Amino acid sequence: MRRLATGLCALALAFAALACEREERRFQTLPAKSARAQPVRLTTLQPGQSLPARSGHGPYDENAWAIAEGERLFNQYNCVGCHFHGGGGIGPPLMDAKWIYGSDPQNIYDTIVEGRPNGMPSYGGHVPDDQIWKLEAYVRTMSGLAPKAAEPDRSDQMEARRSEQATSPAAPRGQKAEHPQ
Amino acid sequence: MSWTCLLAFAGHSALDPAGPQAARIGGLWWLMFWVCSGVFLLVMAALAVGLVREEVPQRRRVSRVVAGAVVATALILFVFLFASTGTGRALASLSSGAALAPLSIEVTGHQWWWEVQYLDPVLAQRVTTANEIHVPVGRRVRIRTVSHDVIHSFWVPNLHGKHDLIPGYDGELWLQADRPGVYRGQCAEFCGHQHAHMAFLVIAESPARFAGWLDSQRQSASPPATPLAQRGHDLFVQLQCALCHTVQGTDANGRIGPDLTHLASRRTLAAGTLPNTPGHLAGWIVDSQTIKPGNPMPATSLGSNDLEALLAFLDGLK
Repeated sequence: MRRLATGLCALALAFAALACEREERRFQTLPAKSARAQPVRLTTLQPGQSLPARSGHGPYDENAWAIAEGERLFNQYNCVGCHFHGGGGIGPPLMDAKWIYGSDPQNIYDTIVEGRPNGMPSYGGHVPDDQIWKLEAYVRTMSGLAPKAAEPDRSDQMEARRSEQATSPAAPRGQKAEHPQ
Repeated sequence: MSWTCLLAFAGHSALDPAGPQAARIGGLWWLMFWVCSGVFLLVMAALAVGLVREEVPQRRRVSRVVAGAVVATALILFVFLFASTGTGRALASLSSGAALAPLSIEVTGHQWWWEVQYLDPVLAQRVTTANEIHVPVGRRVRIRTVSHDVIHSFWVPNLHGKHDLIPGYDGELWLQADRPGVYRGQCAEFCGHQHAHMAFLVIAESPARFAGWLDSQRQSASPPATPLAQRGHDLFVQLQCALCHTVQGTDANGRIGPDLTHLASRRTLAAGTLPNTPGHLAGWIVDSQTIKPGNPMPATSLGSNDLEALLAFLDGLK
């Protein structure tokens, strides 16, 4: 019985520790430039013996708030203009398992910073580094690559829409709204 | 720090009404105060009487209690009737009559700043600014309230009561300032991390001065005057600033953050958090997260030369 209680306590502590990482809101941003230790490989073909695969980790991959921020930026910086909400249109879809330039956090970061041929613009220098990592964290959630525990239940930003029943003082019943939302 | 320096020049009190609606609310407040004071004194007097007078026989005591309760109930009902009539009349006068106002302003609450747009049938004549509402003295101003994220509340104690901004539902109110002055407003509904740093100023000035101000705000930004400011302009449109901010007359036309076309003409930065001086502006640009943690403006890694150029450009946006 005591052993069970101890086990449960340890489990609860472990969950609490995980939850801290998930819920932490880091407002102070990362150092200006994250140094790249190794080149990012877009192919598995290598001369000679292949080097061990690098498992890059984005700084925000396990942080729910940063993922929600990434979603806000994805809309506000008009990523939706080409990728739509993950379904793709002018740009490739992001919610499927196919990654032309790699699905590693570092690959996605490079795609955003450097741009890719035939359409993807280079955002390096325009979008701050920190926000690119947040975008990267969000983009990975679309195809289910982010840890399930980190995905936010809902966006931190509430999208407001006029309810269908709403009438406003500016547009009383029977009249058309001056500026429909 | 920011509070004290703002309060030094801006009024922020519901007991110092500067317009007809705040006067109504102020009157109601004093009515409530005197009624409650009267009740308090009566209760204290009854207590004192009960303490000092002689004991009354059992039979007379019951009939006195019943009579006293009946009289007190009737009296309280009359007081309530009186107070509720006053409240109802005050509320009715607050919410009607907006359609008569000649000037319409749309106020949008964002996390955590206020977007202010002077509406005009001609789109090019519209003026967009932030965290500062200029109004002509003695004229009714109609204010349309909009929110696109969470519930905020528009509150200028010297001019009007609290008015909630509810997402998806456009509200409306009117206000009027009867004497010139700077009145501080504040978000009055908790809306997230920086709710307390979501203030604005209402600046009431003579109709002539107001017309002059509106006219100057309609102009595009004047071109940079010095080579340094020109370099600041280039940095502004090339770097991240232009992704979120608009400066009319340049290539910067982001719609996420406040319109900066006439930034230098405003009195405060970051929704009433800081006074608008070059030093504060520099601090805000370099590391806004220390000043107002959680706000959407990211930190920048500008060198001191670039920062100086950027400040020169922003200082020219009169």
